[in-house]
Amino acid sequence: MSEQTSEIEIEIRNPEGLHMRPAMQFVDLANSFESDISVGHQDISADAKSIMQMTMLAATCGTRLRITAVGPDAARAVEALQNMVNNKFMDDPDVAISEKEG
Amino acid sequence: MKLADVVCHEAIIAQLGSSDRDRVIEELVQSVAGHKKMKAADAKAMAKAVIERENEASTGIGKGVAVPHVKHKSITEPVAVVGCSQEGIGFASLDKEPVYSVFLLLSPASDPDKHLQAMETIFKNLQKDDFRRFLRQARTHEAIIEAIKDADENSN
Repeated sequence: MSEQTSEIEIEIRNPEGLHMRPAMQFVDLANSFESDISVGHQDISADAKSIMQMTMLAATCGTRLRITAVGPDAARAVEALQNMVNNKFMDDPDVAISEKEG
Repeated sequence: MKLADVVCHEAIIAQLGSSDRDRVIEELVQSVAGHKKMKAADAKAMAKAVIERENEASTGIGKGVAVPHVKHKSITEPVAVVGCSQEGIGFASLDKEPVYSVFLLLSPASDPDKHLQAMETIFKNLQKDDFRRFLRQARTHEAIIEAIKDADENSN
């Protein structure tokens, strides 16, 4: 098994930011890979496989995050996570809730 | 941001009256609504929205804690409340374990960044083993306030 390191910088583009639901999707996807994956924002580094740590990043819309994967499937992991972020997590905005009963 | 800035201290419930998830959510929303002088109709709508949100995906993130939340148009600043249960609450948590400490967060519908900052503050603290343990051991309102104060003092 060869260890590889793969790294990329991404930008959170969904207006609601990386709130809990997309963060959970991100963590689920990260967990499907064998590599160790971390997400860095400024001086904080979070374990991409931990929902507690990911929510702690408070990544608002426009925040740039650095995804680093180390392990046998590092390149695939980074690519998959990048795609998910670029698709804005298919995030249907939470505003739906306040509009529904309005 | 500190926990003390977002948690409505008066609304804290040291011993929740129910171990049913939906009743707990209603109890916590009512408690905040009472202390923040919210309209009864808004409180009802928020409790309903929190439950709907919870049904979509559990906010029971494991280790005995859950963070149910919703964004609502009647809220201008994020407000959180803590509720503790000795029996444990079935929250369909990620680790399938019961929840003993609930952090309910109500955030403005129009300011997602504030919501994320409040969540960051809550999660940053819930990550600490000590804080979770103190909350779980707390039996009184004062003990919970003390745990929050300690957590804030130990945050950078």
